[in-house]
Amino acid sequence: MVDLAVIGGGPAGLAAAHAAYQSGLRDIVILERDRELGGILNQCIHNGFGLHRFKQELTGPEYAGRYINMLNDTNVETRLDTMVIEITPDKRIYTASPNGYEMIEAKSIVLAMGCRERTRGAIAIPGSRPSGVLTAGAAQRYLNMEGLMPGSRAVILGSGDIGLIMARRMTLEGAEVLACVELMPYSSGLNRNIVQCLEDYNIPLYLSHTVTDIRGGRRLEGVTVAKVDENRRPIPGTEINFDCDTLLLSVGLIPENELTRGAGIDMDLRTSGAVVFENMETSIPGVFACGNAVHVHDLVDFVSEESAKAGGAAAAYVGGCTHESGGARLKNGANVTYTVPQRLHGHVTNKEIGVFFRVNRVFKKSKITVTADGAEIASFNRRYMMPGEMQHVTLKADKLAGVSDITIAAEEIA
Amino acid sequence: MTEITCIVCPMGCRLTVDEQNDFAVTGNTCKLGENYGKNELKNPTRVLTTTVKIGGAIHGRCPVKTGGAIPKGKLFDAMKEIKKVRLESPVACGQVVLTNLLGTGIDVVATRAM
Ligand SMILES: Cc1cc2nc3c(=O)[nH]c(=O)nc-3n(C[C@H](O)[C@H](O)[C@H](O)COP(=O)(O)OP(=O)(O)OC[C@H]3O[C@@H](n4cnc5c(N)ncnc54)[C@H](O)[C@@H]3O)c2cc1C
Repeated sequence: MVDLAVIGGGPAGLAAAHAAYQSGLRDIVILERDRELGGILNQCIHNGFGLHRFKQELTGPEYAGRYINMLNDTNVETRLDTMVIEITPDKRIYTASPNGYEMIEAKSIVLAMGCRERTRGAIAIPGSRPSGVLTAGAAQRYLNMEGLMPGSRAVILGSGDIGLIMARRMTLEGAEVLACVELMPYSSGLNRNIVQCLEDYNIPLYLSHTVTDIRGGRRLEGVTVAKVDENRRPIPGTEINFDCDTLLLSVGLIPENELTRGAGIDMDLRTSGAVVFENMETSIPGVFACGNAVHVHDLVDFVSEESAKAGGAAAAYVGGCTHESGGARLKNGANVTYTVPQRLHGHVTNKEIGVFFRVNRVFKKSKITVTADGAEIASFNRRYMMPGEMQHVTLKADKLAGVSDITIAAEEIA
Repeated sequence: MTEITCIVCPMGCRLTVDEQNDFAVTGNTCKLGENYGKNELKNPTRVLTTTVKIGGAIHGRCPVKTGGAIPKGKLFDAMKEIKKVRLESPVACGQVVLTNLLGTGIDVVATRAM
């Protein structure tokens, strides 16, 4: 029986394992299905990681490398090429690896499986099914890790950061990127990426547009792009045709939670991740979750922070610390789309509780209001908020004792 | 006059920079925005990240970056230069793989141990 099994060796799993080790656990194993640690960071060769955590601008592999080095100084065991296929409520973990089918019993588990990309099937674009239509992340892996160029004339659907980063990357590698097409009237990507990935290379951004047709036999030959109305329906007569051999989809990420659901853990429909308490514990005591498996993060720094919390809490659980359930629930107020955590334990031991959430549209000068059972307990001012940027507030635990409902709301102020 | 988007913070102010008038910036809401606007038109620079071929490692490509920002106008020439590099494992993270890129005084370094 191990003290802690961490499922997934991306930045979330690495930070959780490291924090658990620092909190005194010695029998820790990381289970990773890939041939190496680091998760999605291995393919994110661009810089922009670690400004909060290390006060430096690092590339993805550099950021992962720091955590891998930190773990090298511990006795945390890593099993690569090891895919977890099932976990049970009594913390048995079934794995498939070159050793065959195995079972591991654990006193505690951290779920850190990350997320996967939405595909063409998930957004149902009409048209034929030629090769050359792939997700931006798949293209990123081909190009940055395997040295394979996905195509030479590309259109990008979706203006999230991954799509923007790939527009620049393909351009620098000699491809012609004809357009970046976004369904919404604003981009969910960082301004910095719009400037440095599109404007720097004169790649047009079509807001309120979408791909309405895909043409080609064996290989993609072209796509049709049309403007959409306020209900996101294509407007006839606004079609533009692009001749291209590649369509990259950057249309969202979905937390990877087959294992979580299989174990019967309570899920949150808003995040597609597990419902978690303030210490990242799920509805099964001793099973914790963190990183993109809980909610899609835009900054890896916050993944590390949240995951260290999960690792520390796993160590406390193994050490005998238990919590009462029956504490407050966090709810969406006006213009808020989700919160993490979703629940608090009956008796919270931390003095402060960090809450992540997202807003549903772009906000200029605005105010975030936190109410507990109807009474305002805190407010925060923001100069700017947008859905693509996760918000974070810290609440004082002493104001939350005995409370049953906490609501977080956002409003624009003059 | 050139219009650009400020990237100093998420506000994304639309700046107007007047090249004729000592790069005077308008549309900014803070001092940082003014500096950004001036530099962005006088001497825009970028850190370049890409990959080079590597033999004997877990993957065929090793990620690299310029050790500092290089002039924006040299990005494509820099890509051509960096493409010529061939590495053999082992490579350390931070190891210089190309010195003085295009005479900029900036080195190209590996961003992963492979
Ligand atoms: C393409 C892309 C670009 C990004 N760019 C930036 C950026 O510029 N700056 C920034 O700060 N953040 C960026 N992010 C966000 C940040 O990188 C992620 O939030 C972070 O990597 C999430 O970490 P994670 O450990 O939760 O997930 P991942 O990195 O996805 O790791 C999950 C790991 O779990 C493993 N796994 C999954 N299921 C199983 C299983 N059943 N058994 C065993 N192992 C399993 C996977 O193989 C993987 O290694 C980017 C994200 C993506 C996807």
